[in-house]
Amino acid sequence: MNLIWVPLLPLLGTLVPLFSERFGRTACAWMTAILPAAALLIVLNHAPDILSGQTHFSSLPWIPALGLELSFRLDGLALLFALLILGIGLLIILYARYYLSSKDSMGRFYSYLILFMTAMVGIVLSNNILQLWVFWELTSISSFLLISFWSNKQEARRGARMALTVTGAGGLCLLAGVLLIGNLVGSFDLSVVLDHAWKIRSSELYPVILVLVLLGAFTKSAQFPFHFWLPHAMAAPTPVSAYLHSATMVKAGIFLMARFYPVLSGTDMWFLIVSLTGLATLLLGAYFALFKHDLKGLLAYSTISHLGLITLLLGMDTKLAAVAAIFHIINHATFKASLFMAAGIIDHESGSRDMRKLNGLWKYMPYTATLAMVAASAMAGVPLLNGFLSKEMFFSETLHQSSLGSLSWIIPVLATCGGVFSVAYSLRFIHDVFFNGEPIDLPRTPHEPPRYMKLPVEILVALCLLVGVIPGYVIGGLLHSASAAVLQGIVPDYSLAIWHGFNLPLTMSIVAFVGGLIIYSNRKVLFQFHAQFPESDAKEVFEHAMKRLMAVCQRIYGWLENGSLQRYLLLMFSFTIMLLARPMMQLSDTAGFRQTIPADGVVITGAVLLILGAFATVIWHRKRMIALLTLSIVGLIVSIAFARFSAPDLALTQLSVEVVTIILLMLALFFLPQKTPKESSPHRVMRDLGVSAMIGGVVGTLCYALMTRPHSTISDFFVANSKTGGGGTNVVNVILVDFRGFDTLGEITVLGIAALGIFKLINRMRLFMPSGDERGRPWSSDRYPMILAVVSQLLLPLALLVSVYIFLRGHNMPGGGFIAGLITSVAIIQQYVANGVEFIKNRLKLNYQWLIGSGLLIATLTGMGSWLAGQPFLTSWFDHFHLPVIGEFELASAMLFDLGVYLTVIGATLLILANLGKLTTTERPMHKEEES
Amino acid sequence: MEMVYALCVGILTTCGIFLTLRGRTFPVVIGLTLLSYAVNLFLFASGRLSTEDAAVLQDSATQYADPLPQALVLTAIVIGFAMTAFTVILAMRARADMGNDHVDGRLPVSNEESPQKEKN
Repeated sequence: MNLIWVPLLPLLGTLVPLFSERFGRTACAWMTAILPAAALLIVLNHAPDILSGQTHFSSLPWIPALGLELSFRLDGLALLFALLILGIGLLIILYARYYLSSKDSMGRFYSYLILFMTAMVGIVLSNNILQLWVFWELTSISSFLLISFWSNKQEARRGARMALTVTGAGGLCLLAGVLLIGNLVGSFDLSVVLDHAWKIRSSELYPVILVLVLLGAFTKSAQFPFHFWLPHAMAAPTPVSAYLHSATMVKAGIFLMARFYPVLSGTDMWFLIVSLTGLATLLLGAYFALFKHDLKGLLAYSTISHLGLITLLLGMDTKLAAVAAIFHIINHATFKASLFMAAGIIDHESGSRDMRKLNGLWKYMPYTATLAMVAASAMAGVPLLNGFLSKEMFFSETLHQSSLGSLSWIIPVLATCGGVFSVAYSLRFIHDVFFNGEPIDLPRTPHEPPRYMKLPVEILVALCLLVGVIPGYVIGGLLHSASAAVLQGIVPDYSLAIWHGFNLPLTMSIVAFVGGLIIYSNRKVLFQFHAQFPESDAKEVFEHAMKRLMAVCQRIYGWLENGSLQRYLLLMFSFTIMLLARPMMQLSDTAGFRQTIPADGVVITGAVLLILGAFATVIWHRKRMIALLTLSIVGLIVSIAFARFSAPDLALTQLSVEVVTIILLMLALFFLPQKTPKESSPHRVMRDLGVSAMIGGVVGTLCYALMTRPHSTISDFFVANSKTGGGGTNVVNVILVDFRGFDTLGEITVLGIAALGIFKLINRMRLFMPSGDERGRPWSSDRYPMILAVVSQLLLPLALLVSVYIFLRGHNMPGGGFIAGLITSVAIIQQYVANGVEFIKNRLKLNYQWLIGSGLLIATLTGMGSWLAGQPFLTSWFDHFHLPVIGEFELASAMLFDLGVYLTVIGATLLILANLGKLTTTERPMHKEEES
Repeated sequence: MEMVYALCVGILTTCGIFLTLRGRTFPVVIGLTLLSYAVNLFLFASGRLSTEDAAVLQDSATQYADPLPQALVLTAIVIGFAMTAFTVILAMRARADMGNDHVDGRLPVSNEESPQKEKN
């Protein structure tokens, strides 16, 4: 069956426990086990091929162009790990069934566990290193959920957080390393990466890649100095520890090193970093394991020590060392998982994990004790057990390496020291717990656990024995194919015999046993010696470091995001300068070759007025009324500028918009403070001036550079087709209502929406209405000046006539819907200003919302009209007619569209202004609560 | 002419940005208005400046002013008005609901209390 199913089945399996929880605990456990068991069967089905030296691939393309695909490979190494993960995982499911109490949510637990299993299987099967990283992160997250399963305990929460922080940080390093590798090789495909090992090793970036990848591996595998998270992760339920810290989570780091072994190893740097880290971890873990009173604490440090051993093996420069590493991965997984389970049984049945209280359990649980003692002996490296074999291989390899040149003898000596402590703590595990007098103050009287809780331990211990006695039959093939995958080539000859004769490694083992016995029998002296050192709690150190990191982050965050919009705007503008300045500097000449127009007196006068107006606006911006007046000067000059530079349509539009804008701002000013308080410090003013001057300078330069360069435009098409295709001579208007009519439709829609939004904002606004100006002088009580009222009434028909004229001629002469609409609006607003809301309300019964709506409707329907003629949306039509008296005239569908524009503009403008104006009168829209 | 024009655009931009960086809403609205003048002039200039060219199709004309930037700027002016109106009403609404006209919706802490704040 396809390999994709191997991770996919457990992934589906994460949902199973959630649904099956209701059927009882046993049923839940069984149903949970089905899908992982199926995945295991698929792997087993592939196994014969793999053992005979093949590699199976399977992939599902996702974005092939980017080299992204879901891609899996099953080689010897992946097979070994997949068997460990799925096999031990199934045993854990069985074990957890009896371990968890009825108060714990079993569905949630199993769901996390299976999710974790999926992630692990994903890592080992990935044939794409990016995909491998994704699964890698998934293990961090799911292990966080598992460790913090008893989330009511502070210890569990802290332990989980620590594990996540350390492994997550390592994961980010790994990502960086993976991206560098992908960039270097040109592919994220693992097979390609493996083929380009020489390219990576000879690259300048090799040290960086190596350090990043190793950081990922070391954090995950709890290598010194990142080992501190592992003992704290013991706050997890024991099945989790048994799974994560024997066969899976911590082995992921080892797997990574083994996976990249063909790519990254073989250099002095690799040997030095990996072997020294491994050695330090081995010694440190072995030493501290002896002094832990907590059963799981002892196992945790022993795990660290054994992981160090495997790392050391991977770091040695012989091929046999890699084989020994693989072998020890298998052995450690089996005996450590069974030991954790045994520890869990003891804890479960006696209520304590403290070895100072747990004594003489042999009498109460002889069967469990036997199993635990066998497993612990395997850990110590007693002959006829699997631990002995790999430990002998390890000792032998330490003698054959030359990593440290003439100082290489240090490694076997220190390895033996590690062996001494390993024997000592294994002895302590056996002797302290099962013998050594009577139990002290145990919460419960210990007894044997339920039958099936022992089954997983039995299976694992049986494996320890089988591998120890007949290694060649049980494990030979798997070990060979895994080693072949790691070494990517010829596997050196090695012998899995249990007796190699009386040689140096055996002597080292004997020294370790004797030394271990001596140390254990003198433990009281050692404990006293160890107690002299101040207890440094990694948790406190870590929490302290985290707090400081958080404080630094908060300071940076507080500086960047202090809640001040001014700050954000400033940062944004500063960033804009940075982005703009670079390309501008690369532009060699400011001025281009285009012929410039000489400046004349009129233009210079206008420019001076404009500049003075802009400066005056800035200088007097705190006196708002004056700033508004100077602003209107600027607007006026801008409209004149448009007129001067051959854009009469723009001039007309700008002029009428100017009127409307200034009226609007004046109305707004009525409700807002008349003056701006002086708030900005000189420092801030200087800074803001600097930033704005720089942007202004850049924009001005850009504008100049643009204008002085020749330009090619698509407008020639519009000029050529305006008359023939659009039926109008005013090209700007024809573009608006015909060529780009769809854009205009969008624009008037936006206009309408903005107006409605404003209407909504005004509708519920409750404003303080000032009764006088800022000096306390009351507003004039004269209502509406007579002359203004009369003149404006007289002007209205004239203004409307002008607007109709502007509208009608728009297609051929400057004008059109936009301008006509604005002129009409201004004319009506003038009536509001001169006569008041009351006066208009009785005479002009226009609903502005309806006006907007009908305008949009007319424009849209005009567009749809062309469908009737079988043409695309907004295709225009025009023709010339001849009427007596009036003469020839032209009708175009574009005019109807322009009518829509015209109505929308009137509606929007008046909706805004008239409603704002109404706020000042008794007509102001009332809030519901105010009415009642 | 181009030089003068570019100078005006630059100065309008400078003034507009300076005002948008102020702390009260009304200067910000005025700043936005100045900025939209600058943007419109800038966009208009992308069709290059011409003083003598015809804007409307004529038989006698040989050279036409680029109509496309004009059409774009025309709608930009109208939309710009809608935007100005929206911001100014928003400013009023903010003052109505929050009791002050500061852009952050709350008055800044005075200098004595937080010297650092002003420094930033």
